[in-house]
Amino acid sequence: MSTERLPAPAPAVNPETREFWTATAGGRLLLKRCLDCGSVIWYPRAICPDCSSLRTEWFAASGLGRVYSYTVNHRGEGPYQDSAPFVLAYVELDEGPRVMTNIVEAEAAELAVGLPVQVVFHDTGDGSALPRFRPRKDR
Amino acid sequence: MTVRGKAHIAGAYEHPDRKIPGKSVAQVHAEVALGAVADAGLSLSDVDAYFCAGDAPGFGPLSMADYLGLSRLRYLDSTETGGSSYLVHVGHAAAAIAEGKCQVALITLAGLPRSQRLPRASASGLAPEAAFEQPFGPTTVSMYALAARRHMHEYGTTSAQLAAIKVTASQHAQHNPHAMLPAPVTVEEVLESPMISEPLHRLDCCVISDGGGALVVVSPEAARDLPRQTVKVLGHGESPKLAANGRIDLTYTGAVWSGPRAFEEARVTPGDIDYASIYDSFTITVLQTIEDLGFCEKGKGGAFAAEGSLLAPHGRLPFNTDGGGLCNNHPVNRGGMTKVIEAVRQLRGEANGPVQVPDCELALAHGNGGSLGTRSAAATLILGREDA
Repeated sequence: MSTERLPAPAPAVNPETREFWTATAGGRLLLKRCLDCGSVIWYPRAICPDCSSLRTEWFAASGLGRVYSYTVNHRGEGPYQDSAPFVLAYVELDEGPRVMTNIVEAEAAELAVGLPVQVVFHDTGDGSALPRFRPRKDR
Repeated sequence: MTVRGKAHIAGAYEHPDRKIPGKSVAQVHAEVALGAVADAGLSLSDVDAYFCAGDAPGFGPLSMADYLGLSRLRYLDSTETGGSSYLVHVGHAAAAIAEGKCQVALITLAGLPRSQRLPRASASGLAPEAAFEQPFGPTTVSMYALAARRHMHEYGTTSAQLAAIKVTASQHAQHNPHAMLPAPVTVEEVLESPMISEPLHRLDCCVISDGGGALVVVSPEAARDLPRQTVKVLGHGESPKLAANGRIDLTYTGAVWSGPRAFEEARVTPGDIDYASIYDSFTITVLQTIEDLGFCEKGKGGAFAAEGSLLAPHGRLPFNTDGGGLCNNHPVNRGGMTKVIEAVRQLRGEANGPVQVPDCELALAHGNGGSLGTRSAAATLILGREDA
């Protein structure tokens, strides 16, 4: 798996998401929580999609989760054109949301639905870092 | 309000070519528009409603309406839900006709992804979710691969079962002189084709083709005066399936909502359907959809397909008798239009001989647009033979 040379394209940041991306550059994964219904919100946004509240707050996530689904992609496109094979996945965070990400530092044979993973951050060089996940060392 | 029996598909036309060099996209829209109105026994000057989606060049419906010289329009709809748009359009046209807003609706699809580079959707980078998905390198195939992997995990679905869907489509395509991939393939050939995004192989994917198609939907009064056999619109359902605040479930599609709405409106059940056009961007799309529409138990779609249930003309649910997007044609990466067109052929008794379903009275056409891995829109139509 050629995950060590995955590109880290910079996301477009806007006022609604700046705090999230600034935190990633410092190695922290933030999530939004609804102050009215308590729902953990993903992707981060100003409105709670569960109860329509506009009262939300950021909190630090554990960075832990499990693989919900994954694919070894053999045909990268755009910035990933020369990166195949690489792993695209949904990770279900311990806090609930299923987030799109890459699995890195993993052997092909250990990839599985349910694999415990923890977050790592890959610097984009643009004041942000991509939250990716690697197999949990302590499992 | 119901659309049941209040609108008819009077014209249906599929562009015969799969690679169209030397023409513009607007030109191909015009060719299919003319083909569909001629099929209906009408002309463009009869059209008073125009429907198109994101493949239409220019500004919403206005550029193509202007290009085509549609001077009598009193109803416009450019709903964009990707490949399911054209089934949505049939439903919306039927509702507009039922309400007396228009009488002759034209729906067009055309594009040239093989002969020209597709313009990248400029708005997609501005979508609020883009920053949380695009940097990780998702591709169209990989999104469906994630759905397939999860379905395998929960239900034990196998790659060989997915391959059986392609095999059946190829059995149908061999009778279609226009099919891009007319040669029958075996399960082994599907499994040995190059891996694109695990567990999906190249032959789990639809073709990429130039082309297009068009439909004409008319009022029952207008249908009576036309020389050709028309097809009754009996039911329509549509539904988005969203990423659900990060609680996305990759094992089902929006067909779980669009299907029951269409069946209820048509007052029929899955067991009544003689023929089904099922959206087939990938084999997994078909598998999840036939489960979600109730043609088999949830999780049993793989066994259903592997048993030959989808084979025409005598399987339990003959599907995609033109070869579908998997083998025939998937114009502009949008397979919804051709799904409706083949259902119309079946109800008119005009499908290719060996795959014509005998006494086909009731057909279903289903589209899925967007991405099964994130946000998609399902649309289901139930269509009936004019004299049934």
